[in-house]
Amino acid sequence: MGAFIVRRLLNYAVLVFIATSLAYLGAATAFHPKDMYLHKNPPAPAVVMYRELDERDSNPDKPVFERYAHWVDGVAHGDFGKTWDLDSVSKHFSISVWVTVRLVSVAAVLSAVLGVLIGSFQAVRQYKVSDHSITFASYVIFAMPVFVLAPFLKLIAVQVNKAVGGDTPLLQYQGEIDPNATGFFGQLFSRADHLLLPTISLSLGLIAFYSRYQRGTMLDVMGSDFLRTARAKGLRKGRAILKHGVRTAVIPVMTLVTYSTITTFAGAIITERVFGWNGLGSWFTDATNHADVNSVAMITLFSAVLVLIAGMLSDVITAVLDPRVRL
Amino acid sequence: MTIQLIDDGHTPETVGGGPVASTAAGRARLVWRRFRRNKLAVAGLAGLVLLFLFAFFGPSLTHWKAGDNDFLNTQTGPGSDHFFGTDDAGHDMFAQTVSGMRKSLNIGLLVAALSTGAAGILGTAAAYFGGWWDKVIVWLTDLFLVVPSLLMLIILSPYFQGANWIVLIPMIALFNWMITSRVVRGMTLTVREREFVRAARYMGVPAWTIIRRHILPNISSILIVDYTLNVGAAIVTESFLSFLGFGIRTPDVSLGTVINDGSTFAGTDQWYLFAFPASFLVLIILCVNFIGDGLRDALDPNSTGVSAR
Amino acid sequence: MTANLVARSGSGSAARPAGSPVLSVKDLHVTFGSEAGDVRAVRGVSYDLHPGQVLGIVGESGSGKSVSAMAVLGLLPDNARVTGSVELEGRELLGLSDREMSKARGKDIAMVFQDPLSALTPVFTVGDQIVEALTVHRRLSKDAARERALELLDVVGIPDPRRRFKNFPHEFSGGMRQRVMIAMAIANDPKVILCDEPTTALDVTIQAQILEALKSAQELTGAAILMITHDLGVVAGFADRVSVMYAGRPVETGAVDEIYYRPRMPYTIGLLGSIPRLGTAGHGRRPLTPIEGTPPSMVDLPDACPFVARCPIAVSACQAAEPELLPAGPDSHPSACHRRADLESGTIPIDEVYPLPVIPETSLDAVPRAERQPVLEVKDLSKHFPLLRGAVFKRRVGTVKAVDGISFEIREGETLGLVGESGCGKTTTLMEILELVAPQAGSIAVFGREAANLSGRERMEMRKDIQIVFQDPMASLDPRMPVGDAIAEPLRTHGWSADRAAARVSELLKLVGLEPYHAARFPREFSGGQRQRICVARALALSPKVVILDEPVSALDVSIQAGVINLLDELRAKLGLSYLFVAHDLSVVRHIADRVAVMYLGRIVEIGDVASVFHAPSHPYTQALLSAIPLPDPRRERERSRILLPGDLPSPANVPSGCRFRDRCFKYASLNEAEQVKCRDEDPTIVARPGEADHATACHFAAALEVV
Repeated sequence: MGAFIVRRLLNYAVLVFIATSLAYLGAATAFHPKDMYLHKNPPAPAVVMYRELDERDSNPDKPVFERYAHWVDGVAHGDFGKTWDLDSVSKHFSISVWVTVRLVSVAAVLSAVLGVLIGSFQAVRQYKVSDHSITFASYVIFAMPVFVLAPFLKLIAVQVNKAVGGDTPLLQYQGEIDPNATGFFGQLFSRADHLLLPTISLSLGLIAFYSRYQRGTMLDVMGSDFLRTARAKGLRKGRAILKHGVRTAVIPVMTLVTYSTITTFAGAIITERVFGWNGLGSWFTDATNHADVNSVAMITLFSAVLVLIAGMLSDVITAVLDPRVRL
Repeated sequence: MTIQLIDDGHTPETVGGGPVASTAAGRARLVWRRFRRNKLAVAGLAGLVLLFLFAFFGPSLTHWKAGDNDFLNTQTGPGSDHFFGTDDAGHDMFAQTVSGMRKSLNIGLLVAALSTGAAGILGTAAAYFGGWWDKVIVWLTDLFLVVPSLLMLIILSPYFQGANWIVLIPMIALFNWMITSRVVRGMTLTVREREFVRAARYMGVPAWTIIRRHILPNISSILIVDYTLNVGAAIVTESFLSFLGFGIRTPDVSLGTVINDGSTFAGTDQWYLFAFPASFLVLIILCVNFIGDGLRDALDPNSTGVSAR
Repeated sequence: MTANLVARSGSGSAARPAGSPVLSVKDLHVTFGSEAGDVRAVRGVSYDLHPGQVLGIVGESGSGKSVSAMAVLGLLPDNARVTGSVELEGRELLGLSDREMSKARGKDIAMVFQDPLSALTPVFTVGDQIVEALTVHRRLSKDAARERALELLDVVGIPDPRRRFKNFPHEFSGGMRQRVMIAMAIANDPKVILCDEPTTALDVTIQAQILEALKSAQELTGAAILMITHDLGVVAGFADRVSVMYAGRPVETGAVDEIYYRPRMPYTIGLLGSIPRLGTAGHGRRPLTPIEGTPPSMVDLPDACPFVARCPIAVSACQAAEPELLPAGPDSHPSACHRRADLESGTIPIDEVYPLPVIPETSLDAVPRAERQPVLEVKDLSKHFPLLRGAVFKRRVGTVKAVDGISFEIREGETLGLVGESGCGKTTTLMEILELVAPQAGSIAVFGREAANLSGRERMEMRKDIQIVFQDPMASLDPRMPVGDAIAEPLRTHGWSADRAAARVSELLKLVGLEPYHAARFPREFSGGQRQRICVARALALSPKVVILDEPVSALDVSIQAGVINLLDELRAKLGLSYLFVAHDLSVVRHIADRVAVMYLGRIVEIGDVASVFHAPSHPYTQALLSAIPLPDPRRERERSRILLPGDLPSPANVPSGCRFRDRCFKYASLNEAEQVKCRDEDPTIVARPGEADHATACHFAAALEVV
């Protein structure tokens, strides 16, 4: 069995390596880092420009494969290079990643729990008014990409704040925390307040997605022979559905939930941008705008690794939940 | 439940009596009848037709063009001259929205055609031929799934931003075929073992003929449905890129750029600058999804509406 | 329309039970709302079930037999409307709330379902599921419940219950799962056990075990059993009384012997005439009498006998009103037929209700076998697969010896039946032959030409001569293709012009008893039997010499099955075909084949002409297999004693050393130590039986034994 794990991990490592290399080479050839310096007002002197470009290992006059080789060598030694403002990529990463984690954790857990509950509820009450309304609502949510939903939430927050009045706005939508907040509870409240809108923005889509899926698997289970057996044994309908139905129907959904949850941590570009959180997503767009190859490659590497961890973990979760599947 | 009732549409209307005309048109009629029963799907279809008409005939409703600046009337509210108002540069929002919609719809239809087509060919080939074909295609699919597609599109944006916006179409398609291809492969694996395919193989029918004659028609439902849903996905991807400034660039406009411009006004009194283009985007996706789900139910009544991943 | 199933004057073997019925169903109706209109699935079913009695309900698919049982349990979906009365020991069950009904379910009325694969919750252990059945109805300590569950597992014959208690359903075989279902059913000593096709999904030797387990469960609990099945054989040996259902209502009811020996309704007569029988002595085939047509749609049934369209003795009265379920005479049981009096008095002899089809003889039948050309020769064919395990980390853990060295030959105009239970390798054998390439080991030759040596072009040519008909007629026709195109596909592939192909399609449709204008229709517009005829037409399109038939009738209802069997018989004679007929149903093989090969775990254990193999089987497995088949003949069923094989069908991934049958062999158990060593160490080869022309066995201690 050990050999199989090794082989699979090896295959993963190769995939991650190729994905990251593609990102690096793509960025290194597509970006024009010189422009950043030339478009400065006043333009940076050529000496400074080349010195900084060399320090970032992004001098376009150097052959791309040479830069790539140097970068790979650095990565192998744990050195991910410098960002556009000559900061260490690793240091920047270790700050940004926690911002993202603080942003998406609540949303990830919340949407998984609500998604499964709502989906099961819908399946049990199939074709009732509640089912139809929730289905319609999820259609609308599906049709609302985050870049529509997030500004829309902001729009609502502004109107709510206006209606409520007061010195400090009730709903916050910029940044992580109010720097003026004091005391443990004051800070906690400020954090929660700032988290509210981004969490809704992140969760709604996921909830809609999970609940649709749970509804489907649950409906399959509702017609299953084993549920009929459970009732023939004398279990009442509700109990049979809860004990035998949900437990079985949740297996495929949990695979999906695990997968989506893990990949959420790769950053939430739009939500971070709209609500002013300096997480991985904001960093990525900033880096692209500043022609910063190293940062872009780092974030790509991280999200590729996350995708693979997500794939592994969802397999493991399935195996834990489903006795039919063996590792 | 294993209780056998009449399974809708598959009742053996036992043959006997006089000849009745029954051809492939019969199936289309059946699908259409089932589709029509789904009110949301019909509403979606009607809505999409209206949106198309609006996108292509909307410009003749106003004398303003998307690029025009009305410097005398900047930041005006919706009115009789500027139906959706103007932004701070005096752009007519109505003209911008209509023009953006047209571009977004074009991109959506073309990207979906490309990616669904590629997915259909790769998925069936991988599953039907197996062996090395399968290994290579599955590995490629895995690779593209590992590569974060949105990030890649952003990284590569300098390539297509200088060029014609048409380049965006194959680029988005390149990162959009994997899931469909996986589903197609999975379905082909099942269809391949169905007895009518085995029968065809044992009578000596060549492989590509079997794919064309037996496999593609039998997975056509998934291809049609995925095409529809991919239209929505492609429009969202394009708008996402444009929203962040990595997609369509001035002087071209798409719904994404218009929404991006408008979104800065979302928290202000000019919120309509955001609301109009955003609503049209939501409407398009909503209609497309209604149609897609309606088609799935009509083509494949046994599906539960859960798309395989 | 309503009638009591308890005959007014029973004359069968089962004496009329005394006392009050434990379950009494009166005028039960079930209607489902659907788009096409109301589906009246059950239209007036009544019966009384007395303690310890077994009532068999027989009917084909769609006859409403399962729905009526589900209605008794109150487990129908919400769109079902149920009327009538269901009384359990005098207490009305219809209209009870789910809470009250749950108290009766599993306690007083238990149920055993058809498909043991899906009837157990996959994520809970078998033990927990039995414990749950106990604790739902009474307070039991954890240990007490566990002890009782272990006891139940032991009662239903699961070896090593302590270990098996902790297993999950997927770790059990089909037969074992059905035993678990029975254990759950008898957990609370129910008064009534409803069995819905409990053995249909199982192999015949396992079926015998399960029926035995049900019998002992009944003796233990004294419960009454309602046995729902389509298999007239199962009912003959198991039930005291029988009710035949057609189109949602009982059409004939009475003691088993009454129904089997004095049927008074043409549908019952047809059913009995259409089953191939194992015990037909002597040679020369008795043709089966198929019931033409298909059951009516259950929507908008007119007030006429629902069987009228298929009935050979229908008169105008049958169109005018639906007959009531009434006795045909003072000494007879109730039947729903306007002509019951004529059948009772003998005006219409029972044997002549259905015309006997004439199966033509072929000139080849006169030629001795040795003088005919071999058309298909298989020598030492083997096919091994790697056994993979693990969803996350796939790895090879062993080898499946699906086919492990088999040889046979088929000569011109002859039918070889290949029989065996699931996993014996019969389907793999077919697929290997049809690939027409060099097999892993051994050789395949068609008309004396080795498949291994064929060029691509020659292989293509050879495909004309060897064609296949699959088991499931729905799956073997492309649903998107009109049947005319499907039949023309082999023709077009082999270069026929469109016009010639079209002409040939018409010809073929007529040949299989359909009409040329059917060519434009889609498969779903045909019934199962008609679809199978279309598959036969397609297989015959290129005038092949050999047709491989893979369970061609097992997916069809009995009454439909007979028509297809007759057609195959007729075509063989007319066109001089050779058949390789693969089946698990030995009665069908007995009926249609000239020779038979019995497979077990990838090997042929016995081969020979049908008469020798069926009447003097000499391999213990063949003997057990034959003895396990229930005969549709109550008297003979009562006289027979069964050879019950212990254990499950072994897996071809784990073949025992020496003789592969020895761990289930009843003969092995009776041998002395020295003889047992031989079975353990030596793999028996197949050798001709001394003194018999065409009969060979792979057993060290082969000896003939009559079991049928």
